[in-house]
Amino acid sequence: MTTPANAIPDRLQTPWESRLKSWEALLLLVAIAIFIANSFASPYFLNAWNLSDATFNFTEKAMIAFAMALLIISGEIDLSVAAIIALASTAMGAAVQAGAGTPVLILVGLGTGLLCGAFNGVLVTRMGLPSIVVTIGTMSLFRGISYIVLGDQAYRGYPSDFAFFGQGYVWWVISFEFVLFAIIAVIYFVILHKTNFGRSVYAIGNNPTGALFSGIRVNRVKFILFLLTGLMAGIAAICLTSRLGSTRPSIAFGWELEVVTMVVLGGVNILGGSGTIPGVVIAAFVIGLVTFGLGLLNVPGIVMSIVVGALLIGVIALPRLWSQWRQR
Amino acid sequence: MIRRKFIKAAGLGLATSLIGTGAMAQDDMRIALVVKALGIGFFEAAAKGAEEAAQELGGVEIIYTGPTDTTAEGQIEVINSLIAQGVDAIAISANDPDALVPALKKAMQRGITVISWDSGVAPEGRQMHLNPSSNPLIGNMIIKLAADHLPDGGEVAVLSASATATNQNIWIEEMNKVMGNYPGIEVVATVYGDDLADKSYREAQGLMQSHPDLDAIIAPTSVGIVAAAQAVEDAGKAGQINVTGLGLPSEMAGAIESGASKSFAIWNPIDLGYSAAMIAHALATEAATAEPGAAIPMGRMGSVTLDDTNSGAMADPFVYDSSNIDAFKSIF
Repeated sequence: MTTPANAIPDRLQTPWESRLKSWEALLLLVAIAIFIANSFASPYFLNAWNLSDATFNFTEKAMIAFAMALLIISGEIDLSVAAIIALASTAMGAAVQAGAGTPVLILVGLGTGLLCGAFNGVLVTRMGLPSIVVTIGTMSLFRGISYIVLGDQAYRGYPSDFAFFGQGYVWWVISFEFVLFAIIAVIYFVILHKTNFGRSVYAIGNNPTGALFSGIRVNRVKFILFLLTGLMAGIAAICLTSRLGSTRPSIAFGWELEVVTMVVLGGVNILGGSGTIPGVVIAAFVIGLVTFGLGLLNVPGIVMSIVVGALLIGVIALPRLWSQWRQR
Repeated sequence: MIRRKFIKAAGLGLATSLIGTGAMAQDDMRIALVVKALGIGFFEAAAKGAEEAAQELGGVEIIYTGPTDTTAEGQIEVINSLIAQGVDAIAISANDPDALVPALKKAMQRGITVISWDSGVAPEGRQMHLNPSSNPLIGNMIIKLAADHLPDGGEVAVLSASATATNQNIWIEEMNKVMGNYPGIEVVATVYGDDLADKSYREAQGLMQSHPDLDAIIAPTSVGIVAAAQAVEDAGKAGQINVTGLGLPSEMAGAIESGASKSFAIWNPIDLGYSAAMIAHALATEAATAEPGAAIPMGRMGSVTLDDTNSGAMADPFVYDSSNIDAFKSIF
């Protein structure tokens, strides 16, 4: 069988070639380098329990980052995710005061996340407002409600079996949160890379009008993405609340930017159209390893932020500089 | 082939660092002073005090650390890394009394001494809590500050925060309990500035008009004391009416200079950091046990006696006047 000369190939490069040149490969090298550097820099780094503790620094944020990656690939963004955590956690706290047990708490957490996501989704897709404006607004709105409900008070008294979600271990040092993180990563990998829905997310990000004319229900896809992001924020709220064992309105403050950082470091184009789930997974590990490694050396937090910022700019700038240099 | 070599090299690296773990000398006791956030003058001063304690004790290393923002999540990451390093003690000023409990419990399970200071942790998350002072000590101090400059007695007025401010009301109540120790001192009025600079200023003006013989204004709030001092200064009564109470050295330096305030009080962060380190050392070396009624030594600061909730008060609020204000005004 011969291929016509003008046929569009399924793949532009052989899988191995493209994988080796990919962003993910570069990021993986960075991750390995950091791992090795950490194990030389601190005698406490290579310890199963310590590494297990380190995963808590990023698992909750990474869960949201997967949904956020899809949203950003489609050309939208949700800056209200941390505020959704606060509101969902407050709702769960209120449910505890009303005598709810763990199953109800889970439903309340997930439900609040979904409702907040739907609210964002309606404002963006029905009213046609820019998502960055809408979610900056709902960021204040959702957290504002928590502040009104709680003030300087805290909800505590969560049932003891509720602690499992944020403090429990499935097997040896493998925490429940880490397992959940891995499962969610696989689910999002399948959604984005193996389904029609995932293809339409890319199509919308590259050319929304084109996507519309090729029969993709653009607003419906976007609405689902906002729902998913809200749902993930609800799951993160359950884990974080369980880990802290209490709720204050300042919970997860500033996480939205850390989530976006993770997504962008993972190679997702902030303007939409491209990015992969494996990239985000590796980026989560890179950020987790960097912050934990520096923490072991008692490097002040502000220096850590500088390192993460430099890493972000460096990893994004270097490939571009490299390709410019090669073209000359 | 190259790949195999790389793996070997990496493996070797891992092996060396694993051996390193065991071989690393651990003769110094490591006490972590965890603060609400780095870059705050008050806590930098506390760290100075902890270093002083470390030098006095010898063989102690102070790890001064904390998150960038005053968040519980940030402090938990710091605590996790301290657990991983296997420090001997954690002395923390908490951003949240409840959210840190699971992380600190884990630290205690792994044999780390945990105490809180300044801003406390719920009892199940620490072995003891060190308050900078106590309500009775503060109540006594604010009236004493006024009385010390009025040997023949006189009229004083209280400028508080809001009428519902819990702390201020407790301190004023405690003050009233000890009024008998200060004969000749009469509290002629209590007014409320709501911790707003302009309202406090107007209330202070009102006090001066309605009580022409007023000798002192006691403001147990850092906003009220600055506003009252300004009102006294603007009325040209600096030196005549003494503004005192609780204030921050950085904000009160001008009032001390102009004479509107002869002295005021607030906790001394250096003493606080020093005492926290001393207590952490005493508990980690098992020289003392944290239990209700126990007296735990704090070096030059004497000792602290624990109540039913295993918390105790360090000392009287520290008095600031013209002799020491210059040293402290740049700290906090």
